[in-house]
Amino acid sequence: MSWSITLTNVTKKYGERTILDDISLTIPAGETVAILGPSGGGKSTLIRCVNGLNTFDAGEIEVGPHRVGPTGPKGVITRIRQSFGMIFQDFQLFPHFSVLENITEAPIRVLGERPALVRERAMLLLKRVGLADRATAYPRELSGGQKQRIAIARALAMNPRGLLCDEITSSLDPEIKTEVLNVLEDLKRDGMTLVLVTHEIGFARRVADRVVVLCDGRIIENGPPASVLDNPQSERMAAFLKCVMG
Amino acid sequence: MRKPLTIRTIQALIRFALLVLILLIQQVILAQDKGALKCGTDFEGGIPYIFGDKDDPRSLVGFEVDLLAALEQELGRPIDRKHAAFDSLLPTVRRGDVDFVMNGIEITVENRKQADFTRPYYLYQLQLIARGNETRKFTTLEDCEKLKLRVGTLNGSAAFRVLDATDDIVTKGYDDQEGPFKDLVAGKLDALLFDVPIALYYVIQDNKIEHRKKDFPGLKLVGRPFAEGQYGIAVKPGSDALRAELDAALGRVIQSGEMKRILTKWHLWSLDQYQLYDEPAVVASESSGLAFGQYFVLLLKGAWVTIQITIVSMALAVALGLPLAMMRLYGPLPLRWLATGYIEFFRGIPVLLLLFFLYFGLSELIGVNLDAMTAAILGFGLNYAAYEAEIYRGGIQSIPLGQWEASASLGMSSGLTFRRIILPQSIRVILPPMTNDFIALFKDTSVVSIISVIELSKQYQILTKTYGQFLEIGLTTAALYLIMSVPLGYLSRYLEERWGGKAM
Ligand SMILES: Nc1ncnc2c1ncn2[C@@H]1O[C@H](COP(=O)(O)OP(=O)(O)OP(=O)(O)O)[C@@H](O)[C@H]1O
Ligand SMILES: [Mg+2]
Repeated sequence: MSWSITLTNVTKKYGERTILDDISLTIPAGETVAILGPSGGGKSTLIRCVNGLNTFDAGEIEVGPHRVGPTGPKGVITRIRQSFGMIFQDFQLFPHFSVLENITEAPIRVLGERPALVRERAMLLLKRVGLADRATAYPRELSGGQKQRIAIARALAMNPRGLLCDEITSSLDPEIKTEVLNVLEDLKRDGMTLVLVTHEIGFARRVADRVVVLCDGRIIENGPPASVLDNPQSERMAAFLKCVMG
Repeated sequence: MRKPLTIRTIQALIRFALLVLILLIQQVILAQDKGALKCGTDFEGGIPYIFGDKDDPRSLVGFEVDLLAALEQELGRPIDRKHAAFDSLLPTVRRGDVDFVMNGIEITVENRKQADFTRPYYLYQLQLIARGNETRKFTTLEDCEKLKLRVGTLNGSAAFRVLDATDDIVTKGYDDQEGPFKDLVAGKLDALLFDVPIALYYVIQDNKIEHRKKDFPGLKLVGRPFAEGQYGIAVKPGSDALRAELDAALGRVIQSGEMKRILTKWHLWSLDQYQLYDEPAVVASESSGLAFGQYFVLLLKGAWVTIQITIVSMALAVALGLPLAMMRLYGPLPLRWLATGYIEFFRGIPVLLLLFFLYFGLSELIGVNLDAMTAAILGFGLNYAAYEAEIYRGGIQSIPLGQWEASASLGMSSGLTFRRIILPQSIRVILPPMTNDFIALFKDTSVVSIISVIELSKQYQILTKTYGQFLEIGLTTAALYLIMSVPLGYLSRYLEERWGGKAM
């Protein structure tokens, strides 16, 4: 059901600056991985490379049965996107569509599924994220936490083999974060591959199977939360943690 | 600290203003004292009345130029020539901008409502003109009527009124002399009706006639001249002293044989002109003002043309603008250049020029004869497409990149994303400036009169030029514009709410 992700010697540059420096990383199917690291460390760039929103300069990325290099091919990138959802910090719901239309758009238009079927599934998903009563609302009528849960439902409607989440709780109030985090925990229980870029150390510790720390385009830590967070191997990690924990 | 304006300073200001005023008035009076008379005339009035010399376009020649010189002599006062378009000559003298106007102005009942006239200085007749290879036989107005011919002439002329009074002739009015000749040659007209002097200089292939127009070969006069009338000098209503002075001077020019000499020099003398000596009673062609019903129907027709041009051109512009914007935004390099070139070009040139080119230029260049309406719609459509393209582009670019990325992450292709996500959202941004353009275009359409399309403003001009009645026809025209544009404004607001309301 779920897919694994493997990065092999991935390098990404912006001009002279190396943003991802020869990254190799394997995320087994069904695992929940938290990606931590200082701002500008390359976390967003990494997961955007996985679903082709960013190109990269060298190396190879494997997502489930698909394999892409720096030059695509484009068809394969589209395939990966259809089966690996992505959630953004700023939701990016479609403002001119109702909640239900936001969710059904891609399955109907991209996968060519029957609208009635998709709508049924969408209602189930809305129930799952606790927003069954907001199907006809428009995004502007929702709170941040509700928007983010709709964004998750929208990604789930494609029956994805995994989700990439880029700081999806960062712009939410602390009380509201839990609504969204609960949904993620629920997905983890289902065995979905989850890649979570996050600053929520507590959540990472509780939910992640593994923590990867990116700093200056390199992986400086990669291991179970307990060892990475409580017993950091590198000095930089210790410094980072000190900084984050205050 | 601000000083309050005291009464004293106010008084000082008033006194100063009065002083300036008095000086100005003195200046004006002095200028008038010099004795120069200002004569309004159309410098592009055309052959053989008054026109720029071929060899030296800055110096004006023509039989009226010679007449003015003779009048200067007789009056003992210099005459300054001031340019004004033919249609606006009578309003100009009426307002008092000039002392008198002279440019083949016919002494008719309508014209005499706007100005007072001197004794006539030339007796004209009207002449039909056709293409030399014309096979249909017509020599009179009745023939033209039977054949339902399209006949062109000058707006506001006696010939125009003669044609307009018929039922079946399609009358086409022009503001310049050349236009109808061009259209006759191009086959857009079947015949012309002009005052004999013009017919003479454009049609007769006599190399002895100096200044003859040679650009329109292969035309012929058909039938005999008819509908006699008179040219006179027009002065502001009520300026009897000036009129008497001019009358006397004209009388002396005629009696001395100078008038005959001038007219003979310009090949315009005929035995008829001996009537000038008698100071004939003014015979004016009979026709009274228009009733509301009559001009209202004509104005409605004009309004309908305005609506047609506006709607079809805008539809064309809106349809053409989108691919242009997309080419400019997403096209490969050569296409992007092409679109940018198109937009810059059409935004850079005046619509007027474009209309001229489409209507006259195309037929001369590649023999494509667009009818005036098509040329108008095409001209505005192409021109506005450039503006609409930029509006589309602004709207499309206003949608955040995140929307593209969110769609891409759902596996949507860029085409699908554009169609379903980006364009519908940008409509909200696009619609207000686009409806603005629509209303602007609605008013811009009045320009098309230069290629002889008669829409609302043109119809107003023609009617008032022919029949006077400025106030009532003007108010009716304004009312029609308002009746059309106010609902347009409501429609645009409704659309903005309907389409724009849904988005954030
Ligand atoms: N389009 C771009 N052009 C040039 N440099 C870029 C671009 N996008 C990102 N970068 C640079 O790449 C580096 C990594 O950016 P990235 O967004 O991946 O960091 P991050 O780890 O996600 O940081 P944050 O926690 O602040 O989101 C940063 O130094 C950033 O300045
Ligand atoms: Mg980031």
